[in-house]
Amino acid sequence: MSATAAATGESSLKSWLLLAPLLVFLAAFFVVPLAQVVVMSVTEPEFGFGHYAEIVTDGFHLRVLMETFVTALVVSLCCLLLGFPLAYAMAAAPASLAAAMMVVVTMSFWTSFLVRTYAWMVLLGNRGPIAQFAEWLGFAAPELLFTRFSSTIAMTHILLPYMVLSLYGVLKRIEPALPRSAASLGATPAAVIRHVVLPLAAPGIANGLTLVFVLCLGFYVTPILLGSPREQMVAGVIGQQVEEFLAFGEASAMAVVLLASTLIVLGLYHRRFGLDRLWG
Amino acid sequence: MTKPYLELKNLSKSYDGRSRALDAVNLTAAKGEFITFLGPSGSGKTTTLMLIAGFEAATEGEILVDGVPITRVPPHKRGIGIVFQNYALFPHRTALQNVMFPLQMRKMPKARATEKARAMLALVGLERFAERHPREMSGGQQQRVALARALVFDPALLLLDEPLGALDKNLRENLQIEIKRIQRSLGVTTIFVTHDQSEAMAMSDRIVVFEGGRIQQAGTPLQVYDRPVNEFVARFVGDSNLLPLHLTDPASGLGEIAGIGPVRLPPQPARQPGERATLLLRPEVLGLAQPGASNTCRMRVETVVHFGDSALLIGDAGGTALRARLPGQAAQGISERAEIALSWNPAAGHLIPAA
Repeated sequence: MSATAAATGESSLKSWLLLAPLLVFLAAFFVVPLAQVVVMSVTEPEFGFGHYAEIVTDGFHLRVLMETFVTALVVSLCCLLLGFPLAYAMAAAPASLAAAMMVVVTMSFWTSFLVRTYAWMVLLGNRGPIAQFAEWLGFAAPELLFTRFSSTIAMTHILLPYMVLSLYGVLKRIEPALPRSAASLGATPAAVIRHVVLPLAAPGIANGLTLVFVLCLGFYVTPILLGSPREQMVAGVIGQQVEEFLAFGEASAMAVVLLASTLIVLGLYHRRFGLDRLWG
Repeated sequence: MTKPYLELKNLSKSYDGRSRALDAVNLTAAKGEFITFLGPSGSGKTTTLMLIAGFEAATEGEILVDGVPITRVPPHKRGIGIVFQNYALFPHRTALQNVMFPLQMRKMPKARATEKARAMLALVGLERFAERHPREMSGGQQQRVALARALVFDPALLLLDEPLGALDKNLRENLQIEIKRIQRSLGVTTIFVTHDQSEAMAMSDRIVVFEGGRIQQAGTPLQVYDRPVNEFVARFVGDSNLLPLHLTDPASGLGEIAGIGPVRLPPQPARQPGERATLLLRPEVLGLAQPGASNTCRMRVETVVHFGDSALLIGDAGGTALRARLPGQAAQGISERAEIALSWNPAAGHLIPAA
């Protein structure tokens, strides 16, 4: 009895030792700076909750938060609409084709998202192929760049792999006999999707939506480079406050609000599905 | 014969455009018949089932149900109930909701669908399990739910694709009887696919033996067992001794087996003298020879396997491998490496013409 206790004690000591470097690293470069941000949000320039009160009361901050949430929601839904057919086709495809599709999907993971963002700037730019095509057709070149449309489309593109992989995981696990058996029982192809595939894919859908939503909330570079300067997202506003106005307190408060919103979303997901499943 | 209900006409299937997984299959079934497709894996039995269900498209040929061609009808409009080997129950639905699914797809009012599904669950003996999810049920129970689900919408045909393959022996035998009872009470025309010949013998009105994408033989279980048309069927259905035979004088019913000697032939249509054939002797046809018996052979016993009610003797006679099944009592004194005299009734043998 005591021998086993000693043994478990020893092995748990060992695992703590193995974890130690990571824990020290996280403490030094993540927990401490984060704590500093929290402290700054109530001490800079003087002690008080003024920044938070400002966020809640002045229209600007609330509007930015709202914009951010709406954008994240739109991007998540776009990813779902685009990603579902792709993941479904991948799950149904023969192994070799599925592997090829997987390479295409993960290829965007390997490409720096800065590069992908610049690629969109080229595509959507005033002299870009889309504008030129519109002119060739005889229309005025549409204003695509620096709008909410351009930042949404680029973020959807960048985050799509997360959605596709989440959905592929659940769709691949659906037994192939189930859609067949549903068809034999009289279900049209649409009814098979609605009554069999979607309910069984629900955890993956929730998973993908949460991942994309949370990642999108904190997006910085893409909306800054592609988005409309009038419709900023939270991360961009925080950056601006730090770089242009040196308003560290205000920026910190916004950062804390952003962090809290992210944690709330993850908390809701955890209550319903369990966080351990989020990364598949 | 009564009017055919299911007709397969010249049905062929090729996956690569050259070799044929199924080659010109012709078959008819009467309404209410229980037909078993028997064969090793890759013999074409499952391919035929998939063509009837509509999950695969026929390369050639026609399928008719009650005189109506369904070859180009999509699966969801065929109205054919299918039970899969791995049950294929919807894991997110309870037993009752699973059974209600086909009725829901047919837009039946909910109250009526519930009532019908409950009645069907009662028929398979699972009314108390209506609210359970598949994961909370045993394999046998899940299989019954699958059966109820495939029957609840009064299907034109019931297809069973090795439905008992994953179950243990006792459960299998119980479910065989159960499936047969339910099938009789509903009178639904049924096709049962299996590679287990004892299952086929126990359940079928007719057995269709498949091999190499072709039907080798279709007949009642006893026809297939007693009078197989070729060596493949003889070997695949039941235990068999296949002895090469020289027809020395078929007109007077005489032949000769190398190493055993002259034997009397089964009473089958006359053949040409000098022809070669194979004599099928089921192991249970052989018995200990009485003094003065004809059709005898001497068997050197190598192994005795006791089953209690019977014993299987494995050995050889004049260089030909031989298996004999004797009643348990008769086999008691026989030890391994003994030499015994066996005889058989000529009429109990069966001549298979040389291929």
